[in-house]
Amino acid sequence: MPGRASGAPLLVAQSLCLVRGGRELFRNLSLQLQAGQLWQVEGANGAGKTSLLRILAGLARYGFEGQVFRHAPLLYLGHQSAVKALLTPRENLAWHVSGEGRYDDAQIETALAGVGLCGYEDVPSHTLSAGQHRRVNLARLLLSNSPVWLLDEPFTAIDKSGVAELQSLLATHVGKGGAVVMTSHQALQVNCDVLFLNLGDGPGDRPGDGAYAGALA
Amino acid sequence: MSAPGTAQFCGMLLRRQVLLAVRRPIEIGNPLLFFAMVVALFPLGLGPAPDKLAQFAPGVLWITALLSNLLTSDGVFRSDFDDGSLEQLVLAPQPLFLSVLAYIGAHWLTTGLLLAVLSPVFALMLNLPLAALGTLVVSLLLGTAVLSLIGGIGAALTVGLKRGGMLISLLILPLYIPVLIFGSAAVQAASSGVPAGPYLALLGALLCLAIALAPLAMAAGLRISIDA
Repeated sequence: MPGRASGAPLLVAQSLCLVRGGRELFRNLSLQLQAGQLWQVEGANGAGKTSLLRILAGLARYGFEGQVFRHAPLLYLGHQSAVKALLTPRENLAWHVSGEGRYDDAQIETALAGVGLCGYEDVPSHTLSAGQHRRVNLARLLLSNSPVWLLDEPFTAIDKSGVAELQSLLATHVGKGGAVVMTSHQALQVNCDVLFLNLGDGPGDRPGDGAYAGALA
Repeated sequence: MSAPGTAQFCGMLLRRQVLLAVRRPIEIGNPLLFFAMVVALFPLGLGPAPDKLAQFAPGVLWITALLSNLLTSDGVFRSDFDDGSLEQLVLAPQPLFLSVLAYIGAHWLTTGLLLAVLSPVFALMLNLPLAALGTLVVSLLLGTAVLSLIGGIGAALTVGLKRGGMLISLLILPLYIPVLIFGSAAVQAASSGVPAGPYLALLGALLCLAIALAPLAMAAGLRISIDA
């Protein structure tokens, strides 16, 4: 990525601890996200995957211990698609509330075609299916300039070919010097190295300090 | 492809919010219909004597405007919270306290502005003196903008709650009261032939104060609501 010393981490998390409902979800979790890395956060339901991603993104600011330093612009895709039903896919992307960039019509059409929504640019989004809503949201990945992608369950409601396209998109992004942290229950089939961060088997399981040895880069 | 500047981003949001409101005309029509219904009820309750109605008209018009604003302010951030857009807005590189101004601007354009423009029609139903119509419109233009800004604070604080409707009333009604006092006093003054300028100036001062401080409170409220 331009304008940054090579080797400097894009995002650093230091000794994160999170307790929810009296249960410790993770403790002393440290993470250094370098350019070219693809992290897959694993864990059972309730293990704290979404909470971790929200902490890394900066949406959760209280209720946890530790620090997060963000050195690069990031793009966060959460569980909800943030697609307005009353706007068309083109309007949704052109006036997106994330304020990430200004896109002209041609860029938006290319991005929508890239997620298989060619011909759906100007229909109201409420006529689209749930999977197509997700695809409108994923079109943001094609438009994005942000080096860091935080993706929460990006494969939800996406069909098989869509999953394959998304995986190759992730590999391309990582290959270009970006970095991805994603949660998923699926095994990734990408032609780049995947680093795993296992949050354990759920709230009952309480991994100690050594459990994140792989996370300490 | 660089991130849009703050002014450009706010313009984009304003367009987006106004278009969303226009595509759901019932949301625009509801407060106006409420205003018309309540104003139509007063002659039935108070009796149709024109001089009596004229005496109560400034207060009635202003209270009704305030309540119809209260009805809509709950929804300023609601749909964006429900579909996840608000998370994206909070993460946007542009300062949040300026982008919320675009939301409030759109809310005012689709509620307060329309109400102020249509208010002379309702004022005639209550036999408000013609000389006071201009003051009524100006006081509503200034006053509803303050109400929208204050309502936005309540909306930002309660957007994360399932049933925030009652709480938002409790939070923001006390802050609405100065606007009601000076707004209805301005119309009262104009209808009895006294200069209304000082009251309008006070409303203008309230508006300046609200524009300066309410966005900061809204931004903080939204961050708390998103976090919860």
